[in-house]
Amino acid sequence: MTTERERRFTGPRRGQLAFALGFLAISLLLLACIRDQTVWAAKTGLAAQPRFWPAIGLGAMVALGGLHLYRLPWRRFTRFDGAEMRRWAAALEYVLWFMAYVVAVPYVGYLPVTMIFVPLLAWRMGYRSGRMLAISVGFAVAVVLVFKMALSVRIPGAVLYEYLPDALRGFFILNL
Amino acid sequence: MDLILSAIEILMRWDVALALLAGSVGGVLIGAIPGVGPAVAIAILLPATFSMDPIVGLTVLLGIYGSSMYGGAIPAILINTPGTAVNALTTYDGYPMTARGEPRRALSLAYSASFFGGVFSVLCLILFAPVLARVAPMFGSREIFLAALLGIILVIVAHRGQTLIAGALAGLGIFIQSIGLEPVKYSQRYTFDQTWLSGGIDLIVVVLGLFALSQAFVLLTSEDEKIRTTRLRGGLFQGLRELARHPRVAGVSASFGVLMGMIPGVGEFTAQFMSYTYAQRTSKRPEDFGHGSSEGLIAAETANNAVPAAAMVPLLALGIPGEALTAMMLSVFYVHNVVPGPGLFQTRMDFVVALYIALLVLNVLVLIFLLMATRPLVQVVKIPNRFLGICVLTLSFVGVYSLRNSASDCMIAAGFGLFGFVLKRLNMPIVPIILGMVLGNIMEVKLRAGMARVKTPLDFIDRPVAFILFCIIIIVCVAHLRRVWLDRRELKEAEWRSKTRSTRFGGHLFRRRSYLSTERGKTVRARHLPSPRPSTDRD
Repeated sequence: MTTERERRFTGPRRGQLAFALGFLAISLLLLACIRDQTVWAAKTGLAAQPRFWPAIGLGAMVALGGLHLYRLPWRRFTRFDGAEMRRWAAALEYVLWFMAYVVAVPYVGYLPVTMIFVPLLAWRMGYRSGRMLAISVGFAVAVVLVFKMALSVRIPGAVLYEYLPDALRGFFILNL
Repeated sequence: MDLILSAIEILMRWDVALALLAGSVGGVLIGAIPGVGPAVAIAILLPATFSMDPIVGLTVLLGIYGSSMYGGAIPAILINTPGTAVNALTTYDGYPMTARGEPRRALSLAYSASFFGGVFSVLCLILFAPVLARVAPMFGSREIFLAALLGIILVIVAHRGQTLIAGALAGLGIFIQSIGLEPVKYSQRYTFDQTWLSGGIDLIVVVLGLFALSQAFVLLTSEDEKIRTTRLRGGLFQGLRELARHPRVAGVSASFGVLMGMIPGVGEFTAQFMSYTYAQRTSKRPEDFGHGSSEGLIAAETANNAVPAAAMVPLLALGIPGEALTAMMLSVFYVHNVVPGPGLFQTRMDFVVALYIALLVLNVLVLIFLLMATRPLVQVVKIPNRFLGICVLTLSFVGVYSLRNSASDCMIAAGFGLFGFVLKRLNMPIVPIILGMVLGNIMEVKLRAGMARVKTPLDFIDRPVAFILFCIIIIVCVAHLRRVWLDRRELKEAEWRSKTRSTRFGGHLFRRRSYLSTERGKTVRARHLPSPRPSTDRD
């Protein structure tokens, strides 16, 4: 039966214990490194010490994170925690998609990679009709035109553009 | 008058007009799509605005901030799903109105109330600007440090029920901002001898990860929903007339919005809650609230739209952002070497007034746009979730990569995206991390500068404003501790009430052992002991 303390907890039960434990463990690990990773300057006031603010931040993380763990109404892992952690791991797939996109742009070019990336991910997500794939290509082209051509955001030209004819190379590097 | 004229002169440019239009239309569209929200849009657009003039860049971002709540009311009213988080209260009375066949009235009333809230707050602040200009120079390093500390404390205590983890996440923000080369002694902090960490972790990379990428992951891992929208017939102009019948509710709600917006860390939710409670308590028909009350809708929408202009006050006057969106805008100021704070009010007052006038024009533009284009706009709520996720992921790349063309930044952003995804799944707050980063940096710089002239700790609060701020901090902390104590007592009572057994008998005897062992106790116990069964034998 759900206890009063559990009922008043803000947020779902699944994953809370794992998160609180992980957060505290990492905070403690970072705090343990404080002597190696920061210096204590001689003849310097406390507020101007390079170690002062990391200590405040990590101190708050350890103290309040520890109290959060102590105040959690649950002390045991359940199968729902396991399922939740698998859900967190499932998001890693999209991190990989994103990083693949990041790595490919400097070599292949912003426009070509975006035109491949968006429909490919749309296909992976189950949008396989011709209409949705056409919309995704249109979206990819629009993003590149708006940001690189119109707003001139800084995305460098690709290695592949170097092989283009002289007349096209400059245009591609600057706008696409 | 001269000030207003010179402010108008700043705004009389084609690029500012274009920014106003793009910001207002874009903001409404973004607000109307559930699952995107202004934070994602501002995070993505932030690096793109760095190449613009400060007034143009800020107008686009302010436009998105101010108009997204107008757009957020559309799905809140029509499909019972708030477009932005602050439109949650709009669903209480907006959707029941749609359910009983009055979607047009609800939308019209929401637009009118939002417009009133927006215009009221801008007018208040334009009138209030000379006072601010006089007060702002009283803030030196110590006062700004204390105001930032107050801001961070308010943000933490505002997350009721999650204060501990909000504080821990604010600590994480303070820690993240301290990573990299420390600017006074030039020593490395938490770089682990990695060159890509020596420059520190950029605020925008963290913002994009926590807001945009995490939202993309949330959308990509969710299911698409079938959405049925209601058909709208007739005009949308009746709301202004209906609003005029409730001037008290609208006026008080807008005032709450302005006041709450100015206090760092408080924002829309508290303003809405206070306005809604006030409207319900003073209404002749309080039973209608939550069932399609026009007063409830006015209170919610007026209060939340009065906040954006007011939220610019601590940012512009003291350089202290009160919430995540203004924290993002702070970076636009820094990129252009315009340092918000007391100096800005003394030297660039026309710029400040220009921003407020831009907000005023923006409200008018948004209202016109919505009155004309609501019917086609309703279709954007039908965009499938996971396709939106693909769009946000693609746009996030522009935001992160265009900053320094660094794959390491993208990797850090992806890491924060994953962390933000976990936080969102667990219903934990993200804003304390961002404010911890921004306010932590301000506190570090200002404390160092302030302590240089301080001999004893009490000297730190020997100036009137510093003393007042210090007292407010103490009051907030004491009030919070009292709240925690009351909550704990209430929890104990509730636990005791919900127990199937009245109490543990052994524990009860143990607590009363000293009384039970006295003579008086023995007498009372003897009286309650079951008396020997009366004899039924008849002799």
